[in-house]
Amino acid sequence: MGNHDRVASADGQDQVAVGNAAAPPLDDTPALLRFRSDAPDDGPLSPLADFLADGNAAAVRLDPADDARSLIPHLGRLRLIEVAFPKFRDGRGYSAARMLREAGFTGEIRAAGDVLVDQIGFMRRVGFDSFAPAKPLDLSVVKLTLERYPYVYQKAADGLQPVWALRHG
Amino acid sequence: MYRYDQYDQAIVDARVAEFKEQVGRRLRNEITEDEFKPLRLMNGLYLQLHAYMLRVAVPYGTLSGVQMRMLAHIARKYDRDYGHFTTRQNIQYNWIKLEQFSDLLDDLSKVEMHAFQTSGNCIRNISSDQFAGAAADELADPRPYAELLRQWSTLHPEFSFLPRKFKIAVIASETDRAAIQLHDIGLQLRKDESGALGFRVYVGGGMGRTPIIGQVVREFIPVGQFMSYSEAILRVYNRYGRRDNIYKARIKILVNELGIVEFTRQVEAEWALLEPLGLDAPKAEYDRIIAQFAEPTYDLAAPDTLDLSDPDFAAWVSQNVHAHKQPGYAIATISLKPKAGIPGDASSAQMDVIADLAKKYAQDEIRVTHSQNLVLAHVRKADLYAVWQALDAADLATPNLDLVTDIIVCPGMDYCTLANARSIPIAQKIAAKFENDIEQQRDLGELKIKVSGCINGCGHHHAGHIGILGVDKKGEEAYQLLLGGSGAEDASLAKILGPGFDAEGIVGAVDKLIAFYRSARTNPSERFLDTYRRLGAAPFKEAVYG
Amino acid sequence: MPRILTGNRLETGDVLYWNGSDWSLSIRDAVAIGDEGEELVARLTAEERINDPVLIEAEPSSQGWRPRTTRERVRAFGPSVRADLGRPDISVESI
Repeated sequence: MGNHDRVASADGQDQVAVGNAAAPPLDDTPALLRFRSDAPDDGPLSPLADFLADGNAAAVRLDPADDARSLIPHLGRLRLIEVAFPKFRDGRGYSAARMLREAGFTGEIRAAGDVLVDQIGFMRRVGFDSFAPAKPLDLSVVKLTLERYPYVYQKAADGLQPVWALRHG
Repeated sequence: MYRYDQYDQAIVDARVAEFKEQVGRRLRNEITEDEFKPLRLMNGLYLQLHAYMLRVAVPYGTLSGVQMRMLAHIARKYDRDYGHFTTRQNIQYNWIKLEQFSDLLDDLSKVEMHAFQTSGNCIRNISSDQFAGAAADELADPRPYAELLRQWSTLHPEFSFLPRKFKIAVIASETDRAAIQLHDIGLQLRKDESGALGFRVYVGGGMGRTPIIGQVVREFIPVGQFMSYSEAILRVYNRYGRRDNIYKARIKILVNELGIVEFTRQVEAEWALLEPLGLDAPKAEYDRIIAQFAEPTYDLAAPDTLDLSDPDFAAWVSQNVHAHKQPGYAIATISLKPKAGIPGDASSAQMDVIADLAKKYAQDEIRVTHSQNLVLAHVRKADLYAVWQALDAADLATPNLDLVTDIIVCPGMDYCTLANARSIPIAQKIAAKFENDIEQQRDLGELKIKVSGCINGCGHHHAGHIGILGVDKKGEEAYQLLLGGSGAEDASLAKILGPGFDAEGIVGAVDKLIAFYRSARTNPSERFLDTYRRLGAAPFKEAVYG
Repeated sequence: MPRILTGNRLETGDVLYWNGSDWSLSIRDAVAIGDEGEELVARLTAEERINDPVLIEAEPSSQGWRPRTTRERVRAFGPSVRADLGRPDISVESI
C-alpha cells in the first residue's frame, strides 16, 4: 500500500526489483518474495514453544494462536520471525506482525502459507517484509497491488502518514 | 454533511480500480470463485437467489439529494428500477450483473459513494441516529465521530480479516434511535463532570443466533482518544475472538466467555500500549470534520405554526413528524411501508421525488433509518404541507411511523440465499389486517413488529415488541413467535413465546396478541411492550395458545 | 424424484437450467439428469464459469418442472412478492 516512492523512502525497500524479478521457480519450495536488502536467513525455524524453552535459534515461527508478545524479551537475538497463515481468512497474523513492529523489531517478518496477492498490501502495512506464499503469486499483480493506494487513512507499521496528518501537516 | 477532499476521492478511486482489476481477473478465470468470493464480498457483492445483490454503503445513513438521484439512476440503469433500504441504513439492489459492475462503481464514485466493507469480516458501515443534527435532545451531532470512524476503519490493514463482521453505532442523546446496545461497539456521546466530551463505550451487543445486550467497558473515553480506544478493542477481538466456529465468532461471545471485567482489563492493557503511538487524529482534523456538519443556515423568521385543517395532513404530522431543535423547523419521516408494499423498497421514481424534495425543502439532505424509512431532517414548518402533498402523490406519505404496519423486514427467502423462510409476505399479511384503518393503528400506539427470514436476524426479530423468525421445518416454511424485545435505550431481547406456526398461523397469532393487549392495557398510552413487561409472558401465551 | 441441473451465470448472476446441451433461463427447458449428473457438476465446477452448479429435485407437472423445495421454487419462479418481475411464462402463484 502507499505509492511506490513513498514506500521505498519510508523503509528503504526496493520494489522495482520485485516487479522485475523472474517468475518463481515451479518446485515444492514456496517462492520467497522479499522487501529487504539483507541476506535471507537460511537457518532452521524454531516453533515458538521450542524457542522459548531453549532460545538459541535466530529464526522462529509463530502459529496463529501464539502470543507474538512473548518474543519481546528476545527480539534482539532474532533475525527472522515467520508468521504462519494456514488459512487466508485467519487474520491473527496481522496483529502479530504489527505488535512486533510496535515493540521495535527490525528483523524480517515473513508471512507464510495461504497468502493471497490481494492481501499483500495490508500485510506490508502491518510490518511484513517477506512472503512465502504456498501458491506462487503473479508478480505483476503484486506490483500493481502495492502501488495501488496513494494515501492511507490510518497509522500502521509502515511509517506512512495517514491522511489526517497530511491534511494538517 | 461531509464532502470528500482529494484524499478521500483518491482512496475511493483506487479502491474502485482495485476491484475492477479483481473482477477482470475473475472474468478471465485467473482466479477461482473461492478466491474471488471474499474479494467481491468486501465490495458488498453477494450472489443471491436470483442474481447478484449489491449493498451500497450510506455512511451513518446520511446522503445528499445528488446521491439519492444517483441511487435512482443505478436502479434504472443496472437493476430493475428499485432498491431496498436496509436495517443497516444502507441500500441494496437485487438484480446486479457482474459484467456491469465496474461501470456501476464508476457511477457511484462520481457522487462520493461506494460499496466497500458492506460485507465480509471487517468493520462495516458505521450507523448513527437518523435525527442527528436536528434532534432537540442531542448533546452534539454524532456524525463527525462516525465519519472519523469511517475513515479509520476504511481499508484498515490489521482488521480486514476479523473472526466475523463488526458493527459500530454512534449516538449523542439519551434516546437511542440506533440500537447501540445491540452493536459490537456502541458509542454514546456524553460529558464528564468537567464538561468535556467523550463516549460511554458499550461492547458485545448483537442479535443473530446468540442475542446479547452490550455491556459498558468504559464510562468515559475522551473524544480525542476514542479512535485508539476502538483500535484496542478491535485488536483484543482480532487476537482472541473465536475462529473455530462461525456461530461463536462475534465479539459478544468473547466478551461473555472472558467476562466483562477480564475483557475490559485486556482492552485497557492494550490501549495503554496503543495510546502513546499517536493513532488518534489531531484536534484540527476533528474541527475540520465537525465544520462540515455545521448547522444549516436556518430561516430565523420561519413561523413556528402549522395549519392542520387538512385531516390527512394532520394525521401524518402527528405520526411522522418530530420536533426539531430549531423553532420553525420539523423533522419529517418518509414511510417506506405503504399499503401492500414491500417494507424498505423504493422505486427510482420515488427516489427522484425524495431527492427533489430534499433539495427544495430540506437542505439537500436525506437520512436512512434502521427501521427502513427515510427522513428529511430540516424542513421549515411552512413547507411541510407542500412536502406532504408531494410525498402523498408518490405513495410516500403513509402516516404509520412506529405503528403496527411499520414493520421491519429482511428480504427473506424471496431474495436471500441464507433465508429459511419468506419474511416479506408475512409482514404484508399482518399489515393488511390494519392498513385500511389508520385510527385503529393509532389506537394501538407504538408497536414494533420485526420479521427475519433466518437466525442471522437482519430483520431484528430479537428487538421486536413482537418478533417473528422464519425457520425451516422439514422443508416447510415455519415461523417462531417472540415477544418483548426493544432496540431502544430500554434495550431488551424478545423471547420465544411457544411453539411455532405456519404462515397463516403466525398471522392469526399476532392478531390474538394484539386483541389481548387491547383488552389488557391499563390505558391507551400503555404500549404493547409496557403491557407485556407489566404482565409477563403468561397471559399473552394463554391468549395465543390457550 | 427426478433431478435437474441449475446454477448461476458468472457474468450476469442469472439463474440457469441445463437443457441437455446448453443453459436456459427457463426451468421449462430443463431436462432430467441421470447418473452423469455428478460428473457434470464436477466438470462445471472445475471450469469456473457457472457459480454454484447443483442438482436439485423437481417433479414434472402440467406447468413444467416443480422443484421440491420452496427455496428452489422461489429461485425458479420468484420473487413471490413481485409477480411483475417473475418469469413471463410461469406464475409466481405456483410457488
